[in-house]
Amino acid sequence: MDGHGFRPAEEQTPDTHAPVEVGLHGVTKRFSDQVAVDDITLQVHEGEFFSVLGPSGCGKTTLLRMIAGFEDPTEGRIELDGVDMVGVPPYRRDVNTVFQSYALFPHMSVWDNVAYGVKRKGVRGAQLKKVVGEHLELVRLSQYAKRRPAQLSGGQQQRVAIARALAAGPQLLLLDEPLGALDAVLRKELQIELMRIQREVGTTFLYVTHDQEEALVLSHRIAVMNAGRLEQVGYPEDVYERPATRFVAGFIGTSNILDAKVSGVRGRWVELEAPGVARLRAPVQREVRHGQRVAATVRPEKVHLYDLAEEPPSGWCALTGTVRDVVYTGVSTQYVVDVPGGDVLVAFVQNTRRIDDAGSPGQPVRMAWDPDFTVLLENADD
Amino acid sequence: MSRRPWALGAVAALVLAFLYAPIGWLALVSFNDSRSLSRITGLSTRWYARLFDDAEVLEALGLTLRLAGTSAVVATAIGTLAAFGLRRAFPGRGVWTVLLSVPLVVPEVVLGVALLGFCVKLAGIPLGFGALLAAHVAFSLSFVVVVVRARVAGMDARLEEAAADLGASPLVAFRTVTWPLVAPAVAAGAAFAFLLSFDDVVTSSYLTGVGSTTLPVFVYAQAGRRGVSPEIVALSTLMVAVSAALLLVGVLVAAWRARASTFVEPTRDH
Repeated sequence: MDGHGFRPAEEQTPDTHAPVEVGLHGVTKRFSDQVAVDDITLQVHEGEFFSVLGPSGCGKTTLLRMIAGFEDPTEGRIELDGVDMVGVPPYRRDVNTVFQSYALFPHMSVWDNVAYGVKRKGVRGAQLKKVVGEHLELVRLSQYAKRRPAQLSGGQQQRVAIARALAAGPQLLLLDEPLGALDAVLRKELQIELMRIQREVGTTFLYVTHDQEEALVLSHRIAVMNAGRLEQVGYPEDVYERPATRFVAGFIGTSNILDAKVSGVRGRWVELEAPGVARLRAPVQREVRHGQRVAATVRPEKVHLYDLAEEPPSGWCALTGTVRDVVYTGVSTQYVVDVPGGDVLVAFVQNTRRIDDAGSPGQPVRMAWDPDFTVLLENADD
Repeated sequence: MSRRPWALGAVAALVLAFLYAPIGWLALVSFNDSRSLSRITGLSTRWYARLFDDAEVLEALGLTLRLAGTSAVVATAIGTLAAFGLRRAFPGRGVWTVLLSVPLVVPEVVLGVALLGFCVKLAGIPLGFGALLAAHVAFSLSFVVVVVRARVAGMDARLEEAAADLGASPLVAFRTVTWPLVAPAVAAGAAFAFLLSFDDVVTSSYLTGVGSTTLPVFVYAQAGRRGVSPEIVALSTLMVAVSAALLLVGVLVAAWRARASTFVEPTRDH
């Protein structure tokens, strides 16, 4: 699922051949009759910023709690650095957590909070002062060392939580929606802060979030979870550009989904038939049979709009529909188009041209896109 | 706010006067030079001096303090353990919780009769310190449980998880996180238990033995037999002073603790 060549070569991109930090093998967690985590197998590499992305209730927090040691899996193995951790209590794991609610100790100063995990390792005196000082510096809270958590803002408390967890010197840092309680502006600020911190300390980050944009921005790799199962694991570009399932296509960004039937395979193209669509094809990505029902998707920003008189480039996927809505969003304009077969497609058109009245509601319009951007989804038979 | 702030102030003053005038009068009269309870003729501490010469009073005072101290320690220990025990879910937790608070609403007269019958007739505990201790632990236990449980239940379980996550064994987590957060409630529970025992008349009057009278029972008996004497007034004033002092210590501790401002939700930024 990786190695598509979309990833720009950046030096902080960890080598996927780096040693495995966390290995999950068929991990399942059942609470009485409910399956919270369903047979998850996954590897996170050393130094990676890895996100688990999914809607609330998808089991991502339970997964995190099993890695931290607060829950034991019903089935499967959790390995840290190659050692099976099932049954090992949290205080004997080289893993620290940044809790969603921060869980700062209210009766201790910021300094004592950050020192807590360091002291548990037996570090005292000058060394303790040095480690705590460095970590307060890292999150830029040195001047707040004497305050109590309640005297800090939410963003500051969040940074104390990060410093406290990192000061303990874990191999792996777990972050459970750490920015969930903050407002949008502060969240953006702290995202950048988190990326900087991760690059500075080089610790493996396992980050749980329901915010797809946050996952795309922060992560080296993303695992998308739904209903306790893994839907897809890959680089942000993979997950966005080539969603594997209908769920991923719908959960990350806006997706156009067309129900189609395979009408043949020609060279590297799968030819598709869909009602009302003049021409539809996708690169061969997985094995398909003639006549198989599939779902095809294309991201709205890949779709171009043309007048009926204009001819899109030859070989492009194309269809004619009727404009239902036009929404101006500043950077782009969003066109919602009714397709004859009953589907609705959305196109984002960059506002790089002068705005005229082309494409107002009720008008027929031609939509076309490079077939390389058509993606066939798994589980289309369902 | 109010368009007539003085009206609110006047009502508040009346209420306070209603609450404290009798006690203030009591304290004043205890320093009166004469035996009169209605006319102050001069100030003196003679009633206090006489009080401390009275062996019977001193003995009752000693017993009362010993009893209040011991029953507070025992009730606090058991009550705190119960509060922690009730934290985890187990079958019948609701029933246990209710059972532990029922003594709060049982009329004391009934409780006294029951304890008298149980201790003396059934368990064979002789009247006096043993029976008094058992009774005082029994009725102050519920208060301790209620006070401590409120704190324990209100504590964010994530704090203990965070401690474990940071490498604290259960014992260390308890010592460094759980206990410091619960301790103020335990202290409050202990103070409560002490005061309940120190003030108790009804239950104690059933269970006092020969030569083992508690101070409140002594005051009640004296006042009933000979009317309110200046000695009794002085004694009562002392008892109020002890209770008030304990309350003051509690308030001060609470205020000092409040600076630690525990259990404050993270402030949301805007």
